[in-house]
Amino acid sequence: MSASPVYRIYPCGDHAITITWGNAITEAANQQVMALYRYLCERKITGVLDLIPAYSSLTVVYDLVALIKKNPGQTVYTMMESQLQQAVRSVELGTITVSNKITIPVCYDLSLAPDLSALAALHQLTIEEVIQLHTAPTYRVYMIGFLPGFAYMGSVDERIHTARKSSPRTKVPAGSVGIAGEQTGIYPLDSPGGWQLIGQTPLRLFDIDRTDPCLLQPGDEVQFWSISLTEYHQLKKL
Amino acid sequence: MSIQVIKAGILDTVQDTGRYGYQQLGINPGGVMDRTAMRIANALVGNDAGVPVVEMHFPAAEILFEETMLVSLSGADFSPRINGEEMPVHKPVCVRKGAILSFGKQIKGARTYLAVRGGWKADNWLHSYSTHLTVKAGGQAGRALSRTDRLFPQQLQPYGLLNKESIFEVLPWQAAVGAFYQEGSLRMIQGYEFDTLTPAAKETLFSSSFTISRESNRMGYRLQGPPLITTLTTELISTAVTRGTLQLLPNEQLIVLMADHQTTGGYPRVGHLISADLALLAQKNAGDPFSLSLVTVQEAENILHRQEMDLQQLQNACNFRLAQYLLGV
Repeated sequence: MSASPVYRIYPCGDHAITITWGNAITEAANQQVMALYRYLCERKITGVLDLIPAYSSLTVVYDLVALIKKNPGQTVYTMMESQLQQAVRSVELGTITVSNKITIPVCYDLSLAPDLSALAALHQLTIEEVIQLHTAPTYRVYMIGFLPGFAYMGSVDERIHTARKSSPRTKVPAGSVGIAGEQTGIYPLDSPGGWQLIGQTPLRLFDIDRTDPCLLQPGDEVQFWSISLTEYHQLKKL
Repeated sequence: MSIQVIKAGILDTVQDTGRYGYQQLGINPGGVMDRTAMRIANALVGNDAGVPVVEMHFPAAEILFEETMLVSLSGADFSPRINGEEMPVHKPVCVRKGAILSFGKQIKGARTYLAVRGGWKADNWLHSYSTHLTVKAGGQAGRALSRTDRLFPQQLQPYGLLNKESIFEVLPWQAAVGAFYQEGSLRMIQGYEFDTLTPAAKETLFSSSFTISRESNRMGYRLQGPPLITTLTTELISTAVTRGTLQLLPNEQLIVLMADHQTTGGYPRVGHLISADLALLAQKNAGDPFSLSLVTVQEAENILHRQEMDLQQLQNACNFRLAQYLLGV
């Protein structure tokens, strides 16, 4: 893969800086983001509080007060900008970054999939075909946002791209697997939500008692596999 | 050696400066809404700036002191009373065991901060004591304080001696907080999508008054003002947002993201309020109006630097006065 030099850097408030590779969901742009994210994670730059990778951008949140005190007479933003530019130049995009591969069991039983029938009918597919299309690809976790542990994954097979529901549900149960456009995702917590719900996983995507509270990390690769309702209930008990 | 909530408030939570290092997982920083007030409340009782405080909204809790403690309130003025007698804000106050703290009415501001000498003990989740209400972690069992909850100081430290009769004793100095909450327009820097506003919308942004709507909470303040038009025709893919980000919603109105904001968003970011003005905004209530003005990133940094020096000076003065006072007792 070749490095795309086309990026822009801009302030995201007076205490954060964003680098973006454009307004499109592409694997190439996200690979740039993840490579830079991993590079910066390893370097631990003084004053950096958070690194937030998104589809095609990375945002660095910093402790502005601490950095002002440490660098009197300098504009912190300008310093961060040049550090970011330097980092982009240093990131070796050719190197293979190892992603975690995670398989997630999903039960597509209609009792757990309130939108599956309608979605299949919309695309003139059988329910089995939808399940087959949803479980076939290896998805990429492009980013995590919206809720703690909510992974935006893509890309869904074109034949089952489906727009969000026009009126969001007030409560989607934790573990629900949904589709929104070309994205798929799993609700980590009970929450309101507008994605088309096609199944549920018995796994806990988010658990405050775990050292790593989130099952999925940005950059992970995910494969779904279909399980029966009985298996779902067995796994849920674990 | 605790305080006990004898009547719950509408939303009282334990908070610190927030939970950083986890936004890549969608875990937002949270923390106090008004960092200035938190620092002042802590400074008044001799604490480091970032130790946990109780953030209280109105109507606030009623609290029984089960031990004599040195405490302070800063931020909003909810006309605090101890056993019915007026308790001043922005001053260290030694409260005797058995006394009850209650609040009369909302005189000024939106959030008051209760600090105790030594800091409040609370659950630590991912290196912060802040209450994360969505995932129910940190602070007091991840939730707002409720009746019969007890809060303990991390350690009971020396306080000014009370004379035998008094229920509480006000230490003889006050933090001058006025300079940190000077009324005026709230200052913003341009957001990445600022230039997608029509020329008329840009003009409107800086010449209009915006009012904080009732749909405002710790996640964000929805504003009511003249509609703002963007020329943006494509949808934006999600990108990070920060505290103070001004997003333009599809209904052509603005929202300012506050402490419990989501980590990412897809609405146009027309601007970002500067860090130095967030305390002032955090003390505004539904119905309060304000206007916006534009500064550069460089100016935003300079303003914050000056504010920080003033705060540092105030903290030093508070520490000095308290040390002198405790030596004298």
